[in-house]
Amino acid sequence: MAELKERLLQILDEKGSFDTLTLAAELGVFHQKVVGGVKSLQIEENVINAEALSKKGWELTDEGKEVAKEGSHEARVFHAIPEGGIAQDELMKAFATAKIGFSKAMSSGWLEIKKGEGKPLVRRKVESIDDTVQPVLKRIEAMSFDEVSDKDKQEFKKRKLINEVAMTYYHVTKGSNFTTQLNKQETDLTAEMIASGSWKGVPFKGYNFNALGAPPPCGHLHPLLKVRAEFRQIFLEMGFTEMHTNNYIESSFWNFDALFQPQQHPARDAHDTFFVSEPANCLVLPDDYVKKVGEMHSHGGHGSQGYSYDWKLDEAKKNILRTHTTAVSARMLYRLAQEKPFKPAKYFSIDRVFRNEALDATHLAEFHQIEGVIADRNLTLGHLIGMLYAFFKKLGIHKLRFKPAYNPYTEPSMEVFSYHEGLKKWVEIGNSGVFRPEMLLPMGLPEDVRVIAWGLSLERPTMIKYGIDNIRELVGHKINLKVVYDNPICRLETD
Amino acid sequence: MPTIGINRDLLFKSMGRSYTESEFDELCFEFGIELDEVTSEAREIQKERGGDTAVVGSEEVLFKIEIPANRYDLLCVEGLTRALRIFESREQVPHYRVIRPQSPLQMHVKDSTKSIRPFVVSAVLRNVTFSPASYASFIDLQEKLHQNVCRKRSLVAIGTHDLDTIEGPFVYEARPPEQIRFAPLNQTREMTATELMKFYEVDSHLRSYLPLIRDSPVYPVISDRNGVVLSLPPIINGNHSKISLSTKNVLIECTATDRNKATIVLDTMVTMFSQHCADPFTVEAVDVVEVDGSVSQCPELRSRMETVSAKAANSHVGIEESAERIASLLTRMSLSAELQADGDSIRVSVPPTRADVLHACDVYEDVAIAFGFNSIAKKIPETNCIGEQFVLNKLTDKLRLELAMAGFTEVLTFALCSEDDVSVKLRKPLQSAARIANPKTCDFQVARTTLLPGLLKTVSSNKNMAMPLQLFEVADVVLLDSGEDVGARNDRRLAALFYGKTAGFEVIHGILDRVMQVLAIPTQRYRVVATEDSTYFHGRCADVVVDGRKVAILGVLHPDVVTHFDLAAPCSYLELYVQALA
Repeated sequence: MAELKERLLQILDEKGSFDTLTLAAELGVFHQKVVGGVKSLQIEENVINAEALSKKGWELTDEGKEVAKEGSHEARVFHAIPEGGIAQDELMKAFATAKIGFSKAMSSGWLEIKKGEGKPLVRRKVESIDDTVQPVLKRIEAMSFDEVSDKDKQEFKKRKLINEVAMTYYHVTKGSNFTTQLNKQETDLTAEMIASGSWKGVPFKGYNFNALGAPPPCGHLHPLLKVRAEFRQIFLEMGFTEMHTNNYIESSFWNFDALFQPQQHPARDAHDTFFVSEPANCLVLPDDYVKKVGEMHSHGGHGSQGYSYDWKLDEAKKNILRTHTTAVSARMLYRLAQEKPFKPAKYFSIDRVFRNEALDATHLAEFHQIEGVIADRNLTLGHLIGMLYAFFKKLGIHKLRFKPAYNPYTEPSMEVFSYHEGLKKWVEIGNSGVFRPEMLLPMGLPEDVRVIAWGLSLERPTMIKYGIDNIRELVGHKINLKVVYDNPICRLETD
Repeated sequence: MPTIGINRDLLFKSMGRSYTESEFDELCFEFGIELDEVTSEAREIQKERGGDTAVVGSEEVLFKIEIPANRYDLLCVEGLTRALRIFESREQVPHYRVIRPQSPLQMHVKDSTKSIRPFVVSAVLRNVTFSPASYASFIDLQEKLHQNVCRKRSLVAIGTHDLDTIEGPFVYEARPPEQIRFAPLNQTREMTATELMKFYEVDSHLRSYLPLIRDSPVYPVISDRNGVVLSLPPIINGNHSKISLSTKNVLIECTATDRNKATIVLDTMVTMFSQHCADPFTVEAVDVVEVDGSVSQCPELRSRMETVSAKAANSHVGIEESAERIASLLTRMSLSAELQADGDSIRVSVPPTRADVLHACDVYEDVAIAFGFNSIAKKIPETNCIGEQFVLNKLTDKLRLELAMAGFTEVLTFALCSEDDVSVKLRKPLQSAARIANPKTCDFQVARTTLLPGLLKTVSSNKNMAMPLQLFEVADVVLLDSGEDVGARNDRRLAALFYGKTAGFEVIHGILDRVMQVLAIPTQRYRVVATEDSTYFHGRCADVVVDGRKVAILGVLHPDVVTHFDLAAPCSYLELYVQALA
């Protein structure tokens, strides 16, 4: 091939241009071979220009190819006859198309049949013959169509030796980088080349920048935990202290009672909460505080009516899997209340919570809750609203709206909605409120200390961010690891 | 949160004006309820029965509205529109009155009820005119109350009766089921309470209430002076006193295990439906004669007085409104408010419909709602704190990064699993584990004691991925610990797993060495000591010991463990106790 390429370049240098059909005929090589040479020259940048053209031409049928190779059927018959003649039926077996060749040779007056005793015998009638078919077909095979008469073409077409076809050929001219000296191109720069300096003056093969690179071998962080890292970062930027939430098992007391959630509240139903049978009950509760909480539930106090029911310690002692991280917030606020004098505090946590609910595409028995809490003197609902704007701004959410809601341990309570540009509607993104005095005062916090708090799930914003519809594709063992491998970094503020 | 369905046209008629859907949606949002769905009865039925069933039910527009769980007064169209009209300043808070006739009807409570359902309250609505819509609403409200505040009739059960078919005084007592005999609602045949319990076992609706009394030796029952049974609470009323569209005088009784809730429920029923009485918002008293002979007049319909300071309200909400304005804001929330002479104190009358108001903070919230949550100026708290990370989480995050940098992929698996996951499948007897008392499926029987099953399950759902799989997780397991107040504690573990054509122990061992390296624990401080553990392949398991303490286990998993998780290739695993090294 390299030889052909160089020869083509030399011819082009001499002639200035050529077309592949003519050239193939001149060189006596197959047209396809010349086309192959031209194509491989096209890869070299701008060495040649090749214009594809089309022209009517002829090609040999399979029978035609056989004739071009072996000679015409009649000539083959003629040559198959030995000196003394041959029995006719034997001659017919000489090759597949002998029958056709025989009748043609007969009508050309090349043969005679001797009928005597026994089988008819075929003999040559003339000394020699001239096969007019084979050389013409060879010319057609070499694409020298001009050297073949129209009569022959029609005749051979009728004999199904050739077909008329459209031929693609190329008109080749010199390119802007035309050269007759093709250099071998280096594919890669190597250490040896640098050491020896041989890279200088050596042409390098062009890169295909459209191909993908080789994927690097690497590990990956989980998509949900990447989003968790963002939220954690946001709270830390805002001066919040992380709560110790590594206790999945919690007493009903800290999960519900301390939060002024009455013992007949539906959330405390076995339908909603996982109760723990071992260890079934908590072992230690702060006695004084427990009494105050029980009193608040049963009879009220600090200006509250209470719930007027028979509060039971046994119910409070029942262990559960915490249904919210607010159980830990209650522990933290109780501890804060024991420190005198009061010091303001900002707490946050992001950790697992558990609900014994029906499972579907957006609900699992365990999920992550994000929670922020601020305790300070004379905080107002306006402060909570201000904080929510500041917090969600860091998530790239600027349009908020607040709806009054009900929650047993906050009053006022607000659901937080944000405007979703994609869905063109307001969607709920979190819950918030001011903790009730019935929760804070039994802890021993000063009367003017108010605690504002908000919470949201980690899964929901993650699903929205990554466009995941089924929570099982994000959390748990049914995740598709490909999703983890291909997941982009998390930049909440740019959404 | 309860959801109620209200016919839109009926709602707008009752509101006295119509709204566009977005106007009404906006009103709901501001008030704190939610227009959840716009549908029709026909569409609801179709949704329930599924697919292509023939259209039945009304095609009229139905609003589904979500009501906060503590607002029992908004659970029917009467109460909802009353509250919204007052919110829009188009109606005054009604004055609910108890009329005490010369000789009120009496309800005698017998001692026998103590053991099963000790409380009863009762009241009469006189000269009621029901329309088909208000009659349906009356029935619906009872059902909504039963499902919510009544806690599926366990706390309170409501019975309503056509007073003109029965005669006082009434008796509330508890009798052995064999001695109670009557025809229950919509049945003509009389049966004993024992037969009745059997009869309703197949009733999809009533079945769930039967356990509330079934095993008690005596069942509560209310009857009239002639022994006619009014009801067998909390299961069913008698057919005799059944109310209908044409009923004029309604006796309502609420039996309960919680007196306060019974009062709330009765107050809600009568405040809602006294609207349809000839003399609106009046209720006739019934005297409940208690076991000790004392008489309590029902219903209570108590308007509680709460005095709040305008200054305090402003300071809680974060606004600066005049005391007069605050009083007028409260009036829009159905709380009549009167400014006192000192110019700051506001005397607020909390009507019997507002059982949710427990404290002044509930009043402040109503000020904020009427003012508009979205009109409150936002402020950043001046609270100044220095942020701080939980050290264990900080370390966890650093280790997670190291593992990812080492070419491992993080997974996040569930903290709950089946007993088998942490025992049989790991070729171990069930060790001590925190157990769930009420799991809905076997996936939630215990809290995991090791991260291994979660990782193996993750591999199992990713068998189509190119091998080897190199996975890790840093998360908590739960261990029983009597030294903790709840008797259990979380323990943070680092798990790394290699799953490939070869066991890859050297890869997992390399991860151990790398983790030790980044924790600055030199090789001479930790030892890998051969051990035997039934989860691991014989001779291919080791404890990692630092300063004489076991801090990790690693090894090649036993082939049976691998196959128990529906896997077919060898697997090496490391679980490191992060807290032991923190």
